[in-house]
Amino acid sequence: MKPHLSPLGRGLLACAAVLLVVGVADAALHDVLAQNPFGAPKQAQAAEPEAGGLIGWLLAKQSEFYRQMSSTIRAAKSDGSAVWTLLFISFAYGIFHAAGPGHGKAVIASYLVANRETARRGIALSFASALMQSLVAILIVGISAWILNATARTMCKAEGAIEIASYALIALFGLRLVWVKGRSFIHTLPATQPVPAIAGVPHDHHDHGHHHHHDAHDHHDHDHHHDQAHAHHHGHDHVHDEHCGHSHGPTPSELAGPGGWRRGLAAILTVGIRPCSGAILVLVFALAQGLFWAGIAATFLMGLGTAITVAAIAVMAVSAKDIAARLSGARDGGGALFMRGIEFGAAALVLLFGAGLLFGYIAAERTTCF
Amino acid sequence: MIPPIWMHPMRRLLGLLLAVGFALVAGAAHAHPHVWITATSELLYAEDGSITGVRHAWTFDDMFSAYAVQGLESKKKGAYTREELGPLAQTNVESLKEYAYFTFAKADGKKERFNEPVDYFLDYKDTVLTLHFTLPLKNPVKPKQLVLEVFDRSFFIDFQMAKDNPVRLVGAPSGCQMKLDRPSDGTATAQKLNEQTFMDGPNANFGMMFANKITVDCP
Repeated sequence: MKPHLSPLGRGLLACAAVLLVVGVADAALHDVLAQNPFGAPKQAQAAEPEAGGLIGWLLAKQSEFYRQMSSTIRAAKSDGSAVWTLLFISFAYGIFHAAGPGHGKAVIASYLVANRETARRGIALSFASALMQSLVAILIVGISAWILNATARTMCKAEGAIEIASYALIALFGLRLVWVKGRSFIHTLPATQPVPAIAGVPHDHHDHGHHHHHDAHDHHDHDHHHDQAHAHHHGHDHVHDEHCGHSHGPTPSELAGPGGWRRGLAAILTVGIRPCSGAILVLVFALAQGLFWAGIAATFLMGLGTAITVAAIAVMAVSAKDIAARLSGARDGGGALFMRGIEFGAAALVLLFGAGLLFGYIAAERTTCF
Repeated sequence: MIPPIWMHPMRRLLGLLLAVGFALVAGAAHAHPHVWITATSELLYAEDGSITGVRHAWTFDDMFSAYAVQGLESKKKGAYTREELGPLAQTNVESLKEYAYFTFAKADGKKERFNEPVDYFLDYKDTVLTLHFTLPLKNPVKPKQLVLEVFDRSFFIDFQMAKDNPVRLVGAPSGCQMKLDRPSDGTATAQKLNEQTFMDGPNANFGMMFANKITVDCP
């Protein structure tokens, strides 16, 4: 469908785009305001969104599932069937819990929007990063507690180090996105009229098998974007890069093609490196009960639940952006500028998020070393 | 006039934007408790009726207890003596400093500060750890009303005052009245938050909602 937008339509679209950016910025702002535990009365503002009935319910649910885990693991010692209960609880907990920033939900969503990834990629990224998170938690506990019999204090320190590293990674990842998206945004500014930019096209596709300059790739994508619009005007003679096809479904080659996985690897690593402290507690507890395997199974189920929620949010983010792109009728310079703006905003969000976590302005699920 | 062609996707878009925005806001900074503490507290009074400090006994949940004792050496498997837990107790009180010991006192509306904990030790019984420690007030006070709150602002730790004898006044002058306001259980509190929190405006505080508030009025 190629909607032809009336001025009213465009106005509404502008509002919608602003809404997205505001929504995203709002989330970031609330994070920033949700200072470290004993920061300031600023906390007060952060309290407001938490007040919602639905959110309250979500909080209560996760809390409830989490609390049931220890008793279920205990029960599993004598009653094998309790393991099934444990797996179910873990799965449900994962679904509800995927909210925490440590789970990189916001990072994945922003990355997808900034990089114009497809929904299918979003799902793949969500599952891969959740799997990695589970593995990291299991490795930490498996190596330090099970093999080395390290104390909680040592483990907590290791966890803390990984945490800092993961925040730094998010910030770096965001910085790179901002750099690339910022350049393309500025690039779009003078080119508000559809300008054929054929020159930008060829080298991007070839680059990408050899280097992991995903962002460079994306950058070229933008020039390319105009081409696509251009091509539509002139009889579809241009075979364009499948990655920029907002209105096209993902092709199998997109996932399997050269660099298909590598392109998302940075995102997976960034999000997946930080284990959830809840999983670590569950694993250590299971280990203490002599049921480490049950803890491992629970951790994977938590990861699966997390992946489902994150994937759902990723799909929402991508769909919202796809529709915005379609409605802005990418052929129009102003529309393209909008989209670049949204992409830049999403990139900036990742940076803001990483920096906020790194410098302690955002209260993540904190690792408390008692 | 609304052109029907884009009206539909526009509505979908708005819905999605709202959903995404909401999901991001909702998820952003929300943790749930990972540690549960059942607390009993004693208010310590001097001969002259002034309050000198607070003595806490905090019992951790079994999951956190198992985590905390992981890797600790003990002579008897599954049992830990006070001595064996000594270093851990020290780590505990040292770490708690950063969080102001989760204990906030006001004497006649004025904030009071605490010195570093004394007489601290850990007990391990029935697979759970209990941390005992005394927080001396920097300056003993003799207020008409003392308010003591115990809670974690970030709600990483869920504090519940014990069911039986949660608060004791040790050596208090006769005629002092103690009142304990408990946070309701997590579910109800979380759901109740909405209007109340908005009403409270800038003075609202998320963690406060989960505060245990001890009020002592003396004649």
